[in-house]
Amino acid sequence: MNTGRKLTLALAAVAVMGLASGSALAEKKYGPGVTDTSIKIGNTDPYSGPAAAYGLIGKTIAAYFDKINKEEGGVNGRKIDFISLDDGYSPPKTKEQTRKLVEQDKVLLVFQGLGTPTQSAVHAYMNHKKVPQLFVATGASKWAQPKKFPWTMGWQPSYQTEGHLFAKYVLANVKDPKIAILYQNDDYGKDYVKGMRDELGDKADKLIVAEESYEVTDPTINSQVIKLKDSGANVFFNVSTPKAAAQAIKKVRELNWDPLFLNNSVSNSVGSVYKPAGLDNSKGIVSLQYYKDTTDPSIQGTEAFKKWKKFMDTYFPNGDQSSSFTTFGYLVAQTMVQVLKQCGDDLSRENIMKQAANLDMHPDMMLDGVDIKTSPTDFFPIESMQPIKFDGEKFVPIGDVIKGGS
Amino acid sequence: MDLFLQQILTGLANGSIYACLALAVVMIYQAIDHFNFAQGEMAMFSTYICWAMIHAGVPYWLAFFLTIGISFLGGVAIERIIFKPLHNAPVLSHIIVFIGLLAIFNSLAGAIWDHNIKTFPSPFPEGSFEGLIGMHEVGMFFVTLLLLLGIFAFFRFTRIGMAMQAAAANPASAELVGIRIGWMLALGWGLAAAIGAVAGMMIAPIVFLDPNMMLGILLYGFAAAIVGGISSPGGAVAGGFLVGVIENLAGTYLPAIGSELKLTVALVLIVAVLLFKPNGLFGKTIVTRV
Repeated sequence: MNTGRKLTLALAAVAVMGLASGSALAEKKYGPGVTDTSIKIGNTDPYSGPAAAYGLIGKTIAAYFDKINKEEGGVNGRKIDFISLDDGYSPPKTKEQTRKLVEQDKVLLVFQGLGTPTQSAVHAYMNHKKVPQLFVATGASKWAQPKKFPWTMGWQPSYQTEGHLFAKYVLANVKDPKIAILYQNDDYGKDYVKGMRDELGDKADKLIVAEESYEVTDPTINSQVIKLKDSGANVFFNVSTPKAAAQAIKKVRELNWDPLFLNNSVSNSVGSVYKPAGLDNSKGIVSLQYYKDTTDPSIQGTEAFKKWKKFMDTYFPNGDQSSSFTTFGYLVAQTMVQVLKQCGDDLSRENIMKQAANLDMHPDMMLDGVDIKTSPTDFFPIESMQPIKFDGEKFVPIGDVIKGGS
Repeated sequence: MDLFLQQILTGLANGSIYACLALAVVMIYQAIDHFNFAQGEMAMFSTYICWAMIHAGVPYWLAFFLTIGISFLGGVAIERIIFKPLHNAPVLSHIIVFIGLLAIFNSLAGAIWDHNIKTFPSPFPEGSFEGLIGMHEVGMFFVTLLLLLGIFAFFRFTRIGMAMQAAAANPASAELVGIRIGWMLALGWGLAAAIGAVAGMMIAPIVFLDPNMMLGILLYGFAAAIVGGISSPGGAVAGGFLVGVIENLAGTYLPAIGSELKLTVALVLIVAVLLFKPNGLFGKTIVTRV
């Protein structure tokens, strides 16, 4: 055989191989953790420690993936292998567990890691490793920086978005508003204030008549509330965590101050805030919501509720059905499944991010008029919320969904 | 004017929180010559015990006094079991154990009663005086004063109180005159735990009960004790009220401080007092012969 023929043969072989692998590429493309029958998804949640109550979210997600695996045989024929580890809400632990997920378990992506301090600890790591850090369970606005951190995306409305929506609500519903703000002196508190200020624009300095901060270590926030009342405000915007929020509600009533009381969703909880503060004291408090409240009788006839109830009864029978966390887990798990569906057979990490940034859906149990929408430049999936009022027992919707967009 | 009056009254109300805990801090200092960093967590734990009893249907006052009794025994037990073997260990070992106790009580309370905030009932009537100050705050003010009177009388007029002071100040001599040092220490622990329990049960209706209730308050309690004088119960109470009022007025009227630097005020007070009057505003100067 002469060298010419040899070369031609070799070239032909290479061409055939190239073609073969080329067509395989077009059909199937797998990132780490993916096989023809399974997809590995990692997660960290606090199942122990001070924030253990949130662990319910992780358990609900696991139950939902179980349902998808059993009823639909997984997504596009691949079962979801959900590895959820306990980080005790401690950032160093989160780092250790996330590393384990990425480097040892070799997961395709990490989904719904919970907590701002905990997820901040792995923010740079995930982006450096180019592993999707999808739909983190925190309201900080820093998760939506597609240019700087293309591998990270939040899910719930950010604190800033909520600040914007509260400002819109005030402008539309209060004549001659004078706003007093109480906020926790950290990123979370400042995000809310920034959102509200940005929305009010030039009028911010005129309409916000007082701003007071408190530290987590402050035993009481009474002194701050007294100062805020003294400003003559008719709107009280409360940006505090449950303990301070309960104190604020009590103090406002004790001072016989009767402003429009706006409460951030962080402490919009009957059990851990309104009950301790006194249900009567909490009457009339306005907050924002984006998904259905399972305890509200008016939604219990809907198709979405029946589906959710059936899911809970079958796959998570001992889960607390009155807790908003189970609804939250149900919603966010649907979003994850949607992303996987859209990916088809291209389950590379790049495509995961591409599809996560290309969502337009309305999951079951989401409030009507609130949709999940993302684009390559918009990493804020949920930007609309509905105002609700606490009537001493339950939440009553007031007015239409407020659309955001920032 | 209204604002000024309200800030003073709220300052006094906060002050009685600090003063209450400062009393427990002074008590333990009188007995063992150290700060007990676990004092706040022990008080929080006692408060949970009371809460659990009330929750189980025990009437308030019965639960109140039972809790004081249980806390006293608990305090004695801690000294006998943990600190007696450490008696001759260096100060640092003690501090490590204090911090260990802090972590243990904090996590234990969280594990048993979870981390959600709980309402704690007040023995005083509901409502407030003209919206200026709550009834509970007024009641607490008087409880603090009663507590102070009791402690003062104990140290001044009872043999055992005197013996305890002697045991703390000069163990060797005290032992020579027949005072059982070990039991004096245990008694000091018991009393401090009991006072802490009262403080916890008075504070919880205001700040709500949760495992981290005392973390911030203990800082202020230390400030109060140091400002007033660590050797003087009266000084500690006065210190508590001073810290409460100064903190509020500075936060309200000094724009440079505002709410953001309120805690700093308390810490600056500690440093200033230690610099210029190391025994506190009301403390005795202790002279040691060498």
